[in-house]
Amino acid sequence: MKNLIFFTLLLGTLSFTFLADGYKVGDKAADFKLKNIDGKMISLSDFEGAKGYIITFTCNHCPYAVMYEDRLIELHNKYAPLGYPVVAINPNDPSVQPADGYEEMIVRAEEKNFPFVYLFDDGQKVYPNYGATKTPHVFLLDKDMTVKYIGAIDDSPRDADAVEVKYLENAIASLQKGENPNPSTTKAIGCSIKSK
Amino acid sequence: MNFMRTLFFSSIFFLLFNVTPSQAQEWSSDSLIIYRSFDSFEEAIINTEDDLVYVINFWATWCGPCVKELPHFESLHNIYKDEKVKVVLVSLDFEKQIDKRLIPFLNKHNIKSEVVLLLDPKESKWIDRVDPSWSGSIPITIIKSGDQRNFYEQVFHSPDELKGIIDPLLKSKK
Repeated sequence: MKNLIFFTLLLGTLSFTFLADGYKVGDKAADFKLKNIDGKMISLSDFEGAKGYIITFTCNHCPYAVMYEDRLIELHNKYAPLGYPVVAINPNDPSVQPADGYEEMIVRAEEKNFPFVYLFDDGQKVYPNYGATKTPHVFLLDKDMTVKYIGAIDDSPRDADAVEVKYLENAIASLQKGENPNPSTTKAIGCSIKSK
Repeated sequence: MNFMRTLFFSSIFFLLFNVTPSQAQEWSSDSLIIYRSFDSFEEAIINTEDDLVYVINFWATWCGPCVKELPHFESLHNIYKDEKVKVVLVSLDFEKQIDKRLIPFLNKHNIKSEVVLLLDPKESKWIDRVDPSWSGSIPITIIKSGDQRNFYEQVFHSPDELKGIIDPLLKSKK
C-alpha cells in the first residue's frame, strides 16, 4: 500500500514535469551544470560579472542552426565583452541524430573556432525546463537569470543579407537600458529537437 | 500568341493523357512553383475554396523526420485515387539548394504530390498565420476541408494515422 501511494505520487510528479511546457518571459530560469567541449562542467553562475546570458539551443546537424553559426560568433564577440555571453547548448540525443554527439560537437567547434562555450545537454534534462522545441532557439536571460526574451535571433534565418530586424540585439539593447524587450517573443523555423 | 499556342497544346496533352505535369515528367526547377511572399502562398494554397480535402505538409529535404514521414503522404495518392483529396508538399528548402538538392530528391523519390517552395524569408511574420500554436519546428501538417482546418505539429508514423483524420472529413461531405 505504501508503495502504491509512493508510486502514485511519483507518477503525479512525472506527469507534471512532462506537461509543463517550459519557461515563459518573466520566469526565473534554474541554473544547470553541463559539460563543455573542453571537458569542463559549466554553470551560468561561473560567468562572473555577467549582465545577462544568451542561451542558444543549437546543434551540428540542423541547416538552420548552421546558418546561424557565423551570426552567433559575431554576437558573442560583440556582446560577451559587454557582459552578455553566448551560451550554446546542444539538446539533441546523439542516438537519434549521430551528427550531434559530444565528439562531433568538439570537431565542429574547432572547425568554426567557436569563441563561446558549446555545452552538451547529456540526458536531455535542461532543454525541457526551458521549453525549447527546436534548433536554433534563443532564451535571453538577465543577470538574475530571469527570462526576458524567447525566440529568433533575427527576422531572416535563410538569408543573412536580408535581415531587417535584429530581434535579439534589440532585446539586449532593452536590457542595457533596464527595459523589457518588445517584442519579447518571436518565432522562426527550425529543426525539431531530437529525442527518443 | 505563343502563350496561347502553348496553352492550347498543353490542354490537348492533358485531355489526352489526363495526367498532371508532376506525374508526367521529371521534376525540374521550371516545374516547381515558388512563392516568394507568404501572401501569394496563402491565397493559392491555404485559402482555397473548393470541395477538396487538402493535406498540406510543411517539410524540407534537410529535415530528417520530414523525409521519414513523406512516404505516408505519397501513399495517399493510391488510397484516395478516386476521392477528392489533394496533397501539397510545401518545401522550406533553401533557394541555393533547389538544383543541387531539392530537384534531385523529388526525382529520386519519384514524388507525385504537388510540391511548392515557400521562400518568404520573414518567417517571424508568417509562422503565426500558418497557425498561432506553431513553434516553428517542422514537420507540420494542415488538413483542411471547407471551413474546417486542423493543424498538426507532429510526425505521422503511418498512412492509417492520416486516414483516421481524412476519412471522417470525406464522410461528412457526403
